[in-house]
Amino acid sequence: MKKVKADPKGVLTGSHYLDGDYAIAEGGLAAGCRFFAGYPITPSTETAERFAERIPSVGGVFIQMEDELASITALIGAAWGGKKSMTVTSGPGFSLMMENIGLACMMETPLVIANVQRGGPSTGLPTLTGQQDMMQAKWGSHGDYEIIALSPDSPQECFDLTIEAFNLSEIYRVPVFVMTDECVGHMHEKVVIPPAEEIEVVERKWYEGPKDKYLPYKLDKDGIPFMVKAGDGYRFHTTGLTHDERGYPVINAECQAETIPRLSDKITDNADKIIMLEEDQIDNAEIVVISYGITSRVSIRAVQLARKAGMKIGTLRLKTVWPFPEKRIKQLAKKIKAFVVPEINYGQVVLEVERCAAGKAGTYHVPHMGGWVHDPNDILNVIKEAAK
Amino acid sequence: MVYFGNIKPIKGKVHIEKNRCKGCAFCVEYCPKDVLEMSEEFNVKGYHPPFVKDEDACVYCQLCESICPEFAIFVTIKEEEEEGEKGESRP
Amino acid sequence: MTKEDRLEAKNPSEKFLRMDRIPHIWCPGCGIGTVVTSFNEALKKSKIDLDDVVVVSGIGCTGRVAGYVKLDSFHSTHGRAIPFATGLKLANPNLNVVVFSGDGDIFGIGGNHFIHAARRNMDITVICVNNFNYAMTGGQVAATTPIGANASTAPYGNFEFSFSLPYLAEAAGATYVARWTALHLRRVTKSIQEALAKPGFSLIEVITPCVTLYARRNRLGDGLNLLKYYYDKSVIEHGADTRTLDISYQGKLVVGKFIDKEKPTFLHAMNEHMTKILGDKFVKYGE
Repeated sequence: MKKVKADPKGVLTGSHYLDGDYAIAEGGLAAGCRFFAGYPITPSTETAERFAERIPSVGGVFIQMEDELASITALIGAAWGGKKSMTVTSGPGFSLMMENIGLACMMETPLVIANVQRGGPSTGLPTLTGQQDMMQAKWGSHGDYEIIALSPDSPQECFDLTIEAFNLSEIYRVPVFVMTDECVGHMHEKVVIPPAEEIEVVERKWYEGPKDKYLPYKLDKDGIPFMVKAGDGYRFHTTGLTHDERGYPVINAECQAETIPRLSDKITDNADKIIMLEEDQIDNAEIVVISYGITSRVSIRAVQLARKAGMKIGTLRLKTVWPFPEKRIKQLAKKIKAFVVPEINYGQVVLEVERCAAGKAGTYHVPHMGGWVHDPNDILNVIKEAAK
Repeated sequence: MVYFGNIKPIKGKVHIEKNRCKGCAFCVEYCPKDVLEMSEEFNVKGYHPPFVKDEDACVYCQLCESICPEFAIFVTIKEEEEEGEKGESRP
Repeated sequence: MTKEDRLEAKNPSEKFLRMDRIPHIWCPGCGIGTVVTSFNEALKKSKIDLDDVVVVSGIGCTGRVAGYVKLDSFHSTHGRAIPFATGLKLANPNLNVVVFSGDGDIFGIGGNHFIHAARRNMDITVICVNNFNYAMTGGQVAATTPIGANASTAPYGNFEFSFSLPYLAEAAGATYVARWTALHLRRVTKSIQEALAKPGFSLIEVITPCVTLYARRNRLGDGLNLLKYYYDKSVIEHGADTRTLDISYQGKLVVGKFIDKEKPTFLHAMNEHMTKILGDKFVKYGE
């Protein structure tokens, strides 16, 4: 992995008052993203707008495509053309991207997709918040694969995690999702953008060996193949079909058995390196509140009230939702009484918690159908119930 | 009458990669000089490839080469022993 | 040693193909291979650096072309070859990007991308092999199937109006539009050459026999019959009004070069416009 300092052209160093959507665009530019293809959709459009405004003076391309299918596919093309690329979308647009997210996984293409979640299904609540796409981020495209999904809870983290998303996507050659939501996307807060020399960005894993020896899917020691870009004379081929290390289609069970586990294992085997968690007062806790995104900020109030009432509450915030921190949750399940999982959906990440708890600790869900955040008292009530 | 000098028509030599052929007969049909004909023999895939029936008639027009959907046939310029003519170039 | 051995002659097409993947999957009598040879010939004649040429295909029979050409080549998803190509072109404007795919892929599932890329005048060359049906999946009715023709999902004949590809391309803003049949070998080559050299969005439609499905279902004989039939039915009318180019079942096929005009490409327009508006603040892209 080659880390370099960020290209100062894209870094808007200083202290800013930005919303989450803008911060995502700034994070992308700071990370070296020079190609953005997108399609307008509430509540994510501001990221595209910001990019369109900023990119001409940074040096790169913004293009508003005809739909989200085109946007995501153009990103894959641009990535193979040598650029770091990203897009942003929300619910319906995310659904449209699914097929080609699979293509990105299959071709092992680094790119970043931010999803500013809104209430669904279908058109649902275009202007109001939700966290209902969490499972879709992991399972949305057909077939078996793994992706990485991060969940920022503030505009500052929108900036920071978008850079992290680019770095992870380059290390693992996989699409990385920034799964924020309407509340964080439209929340204005202070965002501090450090000087370029303090921002570390990961360079693409460029192949440097002899041209005639290049095989697009020959694995390096770390299980991740080297990449080249179109136009450099490698005359390589890649396909969405199951392929061998030459990138040639091989349509049989043997090649499938070799390819598919690899696509997942390169993420799951490195889960410890990828996963970022934020824990608080977890050591002596009886109840652990697991949350992510905007819900983690609402939970703070409920946890404060519970602690005031003398309860031993720990919190675990998932900055990385996928790969799921199962190791940590399995550990905790042995020690604590119950997990409480508030999220703005009818039960998604809680299912993973329940699976990891495996009956050793209780799992309580605090659902919210979207459109607004939880009332902290609703979370508090479930904490109380869990403590009984 | 214009005098063109002592022009000799270029002669071609047809090369057929029999086992790549799928027997569509495009080359046989469109050869303007009827150089080719479908054979009765089978190739490894079970198709009837063409064979060169009349090589002397070939004028190196390369139409068979351009039309073959299997990249299975091509033409080179036939070397004349006495002139030692070589190369792919074509006037 | 025979004279033939001494020549060590190789099929000139081999230089342009991934020979480790030949024979290809196309049926006996299919014309796609012929169009690929015409494309190879165009590459040779254009004398462009092959390292700069990229082929993007979608899904379908013609979608397999990307897997056989010895260039940087991408076999993308169904209908999405054009946006994939758009990304490649914009990421690296030095590339000469060619989309090589079928009628179902480009004009059925991917029709929206086609019109928008043409509207933007994205500098790519689209070679569309039109065989009037969805062949890879078994001969279903397509956006190009003429009225009256039979298809597996139109077992009583097609009654839907079909697209006229050159008309659509011109209306959407393409700067180069030509149509040939696969048997117009050298004209296809010439059109591809012209399109590769053209800064702007180009479409070359090549009407190609689908022997296993379209010909069989419509009792049109074998590949050879169909190749010949299309050719015999074709009338060359360069510059013909694209409104007159509808294809009817068993009717005449107007072929030729219909559009060849100049217009700023997407990147050219972007650079020009931004420079005008932003002046020194603008970082010129790809020039």
